[in-house]
Amino acid sequence: MLDERPKGRLVIAASFIIAFMLTAMPLPDWALAWRPCWVAMVLIYWCMALPNRIGPGTGWFLGLLIDVLQGTLLGMNALGYALIAYFVQNSYQKMRVYPLTQQSIVVGFYLLMYLLISLWVRGVSDDPEIGWYYWMPLITSMLLWPWLFIVLRDMRRKFHVS
Amino acid sequence: MLTCNRRIFINTLFQKSPFANIKIIVLVVLSIIIMILDHRQGHMDSVRSLLSTAIYPIQYVVNLPVKLAGSINDAVTMRSYLLDENNRLREKHLMLNSKLQRFEILEAENNRLRNLFESSLRLKERVLIAELIAVELEPFKHQIRINKGGKEGAYDGQPILDATGIMGQIIHVSPFYSDVLLITDPNHSIPVEINRNGLRAIAVGTGQKNVLQLEHLPSNADIKQGDLIVSSGLGHRFPAGYPVGTVKNITLDPAEPFAKIIVIPSARLESSREVLLVWPREEVRYQKSNPKDFAFHDAR
Repeated sequence: MLDERPKGRLVIAASFIIAFMLTAMPLPDWALAWRPCWVAMVLIYWCMALPNRIGPGTGWFLGLLIDVLQGTLLGMNALGYALIAYFVQNSYQKMRVYPLTQQSIVVGFYLLMYLLISLWVRGVSDDPEIGWYYWMPLITSMLLWPWLFIVLRDMRRKFHVS
Repeated sequence: MLTCNRRIFINTLFQKSPFANIKIIVLVVLSIIIMILDHRQGHMDSVRSLLSTAIYPIQYVVNLPVKLAGSINDAVTMRSYLLDENNRLREKHLMLNSKLQRFEILEAENNRLRNLFESSLRLKERVLIAELIAVELEPFKHQIRINKGGKEGAYDGQPILDATGIMGQIIHVSPFYSDVLLITDPNHSIPVEINRNGLRAIAVGTGQKNVLQLEHLPSNADIKQGDLIVSSGLGHRFPAGYPVGTVKNITLDPAEPFAKIIVIPSARLESSREVLLVWPREEVRYQKSNPKDFAFHDAR
């Protein structure tokens, strides 16, 4: 039977762990603001590839871990990630057939939504005013998306994750 | 068999859980509840420290190359350089020791005088050295993460110093590490006094690197460029008498009721790799019931 037993749990876990490491990696000062939203991108990929396995629940938990890692208000990233996963799950059929450039625009759109939610939460929880560089991860994430997509797709095919 | 397979395939392709909408609503509500609980200081700390044990290995591995580079650097440093440094440190040690002797005499005298005024003695603090494991967890917050946590007895609100001054205070304690809010974070303020005349003020972070601001000091306050600002110990969070910064410039705007006073922190917030955790002892400065003490304080 097809798809009775989920396969490649380790591969998915490994991809998320690497994404977390890239998020925690020390960077020089000027590059800090440019760090792409690695975990969100990997989450979008797996939601698109395996919508029946990775969804808002996983996204929510990963967001909570990001909150702990970055010391932000607990639940801020969880909210954003759950919503990203929800929207990707609702549109994965369309996203799969888009060409890569169009895909990165859609990914950028979802990340914009996530950043707006975070901005709103920061505003409500009286965080300091935030400069223009708050939006920089959006640009780097969109530029890196095609590359990340191809790497993860090849990994998924190689290890027969389904 | 083939049709069966295809049907399942189609099913999985267009499968959408009927509960998807309910699930996302539950998750959103849950997130908002958690955020509110976390914002109200400390209700979610147990959850945070539980999750932090899952995060710590990742942070540890990521930090390994930095550590490794440091140890390689140590291993290949030239012998002559080490000797040179050793000499320099020895001289400095001697110098500091001689200063310390004077300081100890002063401290004893101070305690004796305090005794005369029937106020409590200043006790020595317990300290522990910690190392940074991450700087700038997030670009918009002035936070660092250090490698000592609840296991070593760190607690929420514990003051953190470096060799030259006050750096900040702990805001989250996890078993293996803790997060420190630096004094330059816009959400941080510290009660201070001017070392020269004991004028009290509050130093507030500005969000800019290495810039603090003294708030609510009137334009005619006795404050000069270059004045040393030390912690006043009011509020019982920071120990008294540690340097916080020096006054860099004072802008008097006739339209504003208060002077704008910019202070540069003494602590090397950007470059310290080793920091000190301090356990201040309970300290009562002057007994408030005794009017004589007030008189003494005002006359100072």
